[in-house]
Amino acid sequence: MKQLHAILEGIGNTVLLAVRSGRYLNTLPRQFPRFIDQCYQIGYSTMPIVTILSFFIGSVLALQSGYSMSNFGAKQFIGSLVGLSMARELGPVMVAILVTGRVGSAITAELASMKVYQEVDALVTMNIPPERILVLPRLAAVLVMMPVLTTVANLCGWYGGALICKYTGFISVEPDSYFATLKRFMEMKDIWDGLIKAEVFGFAVVLVCCNTGLSTRGGPREIGAAVTRAVVISLILILVLDYFVTKALL
Amino acid sequence: MADYSATPFVGKTFGVTLDKLNKSFDRLAVLKNVSLEVRPGEIFVIMGPSGSGKSVLLKHVAGLEQPTSGRVLIGDHDASDPKTRERVHLALVFQAGALFNSLTAYDNLALYPREHRLCNEAGIRERVMRALQILSLEKAADKFPGELSGGMRKRVAIARALVMEPELLLYDEPTSELDPVMSATIAEIIATMRDHTAVTSIVVSHDRDLALGIADRMAVLMDGRIRAIGKPAEFRQTTDPAIANFLNPTIDLKHPRFRQLENDYE
Repeated sequence: MKQLHAILEGIGNTVLLAVRSGRYLNTLPRQFPRFIDQCYQIGYSTMPIVTILSFFIGSVLALQSGYSMSNFGAKQFIGSLVGLSMARELGPVMVAILVTGRVGSAITAELASMKVYQEVDALVTMNIPPERILVLPRLAAVLVMMPVLTTVANLCGWYGGALICKYTGFISVEPDSYFATLKRFMEMKDIWDGLIKAEVFGFAVVLVCCNTGLSTRGGPREIGAAVTRAVVISLILILVLDYFVTKALL
Repeated sequence: MADYSATPFVGKTFGVTLDKLNKSFDRLAVLKNVSLEVRPGEIFVIMGPSGSGKSVLLKHVAGLEQPTSGRVLIGDHDASDPKTRERVHLALVFQAGALFNSLTAYDNLALYPREHRLCNEAGIRERVMRALQILSLEKAADKFPGELSGGMRKRVAIARALVMEPELLLYDEPTSELDPVMSATIAEIIATMRDHTAVTSIVVSHDRDLALGIADRMAVLMDGRIRAIGKPAEFRQTTDPAIANFLNPTIDLKHPRFRQLENDYE
């Protein structure tokens, strides 16, 4: 019962944090330097790992599907399989997981440390709402950067698949043929659906990580516990939201 | 460099009233029916043993804690109402400074006027440099909190409060973890701040010398209750054995207090 109460309280606080942050939307233009800094942290700093991982995920996907599909002569459809899988599912989910690990954990650690060392209390006594300067720029930045990261992930995955198809002996599908089937079986809606999912995941992850950081109480030991909690909640949330958003978009 | 210290901040100032304040965390009662009045413009020091509820009391005045019952008034405004912070310029100097570690000392001080858009950058610079100069911190302006000594961090925290041109200034253990000379310096700064700004100051401290040296009035809080309120001279001549023992403890190696504390938990 106590755990259920804590879960409901956590959900309520997270929603309230989103509403409170939204109230300060008009202050975003004058917080432009903070917004750019967060875009750098969330976007630019995450780009290398997104590039490398998505390239290899696309490659493995092509390899596995090539291995299965070549048995019944359907290897010319590998392009569409990799294309759709990356755009609709793997791209947004993988980017959200990477953002959780790379950015979400850092956000929680920073905000939890600010809370534990009373910097958040100092902001409150200075009549500077923490939601305005600590949460809003991060939410705005993740909404801008998630589509960029997901698009890069999709492209890297597709090209990783194409490379494997060309240079793996038992597949041997030329890039022209690979991209031709990718285009034939994909629509712009598939790309948009993936980007919408990425936006939802990114917003949820940053919101949960901010709320967990700002709810931290106690000493320095709690900072580590808060980071673990935020990452676990975010990962579960990504997969739960994935089901519901996919169902809503189909 | 211009002599910024020549211009004192003088603004409105507020009294503080605690009316039958009670605070419990779960079932643990921390403040028990605390009532007291701090007059506008005075330095009021709250002393008491560790765990007696001093910092919790100060957090109620700052609006960082909600009372279980009773109320805290700043002038006529309820301290627990977030709108009070818009009506009353309140500054709290935290025990550990609570400086923003990612900002330099200058930017720590400039944050308040920038966020509230009180003036342009030139005005902010003048305001910040004036506060830094009052506290002899000009050379620390470009340093990050991690590069400052404990005493300097406390002074930067006080300077940050000063930049806010507060109408009520709260200090939480301003001399803790400082050597005796730096403690005396901080006490002098608190008294000078009041002279500069006529601001009401509430100081929570263990420091007997600070309390007896600069307080207009003081109170001793024990076990969540006000044990006594009065002028420092009255406390010097107290006949209350608990207060006398608190203000002038003697080291008794034959009957050490920690043995008694241990027995208290049994």
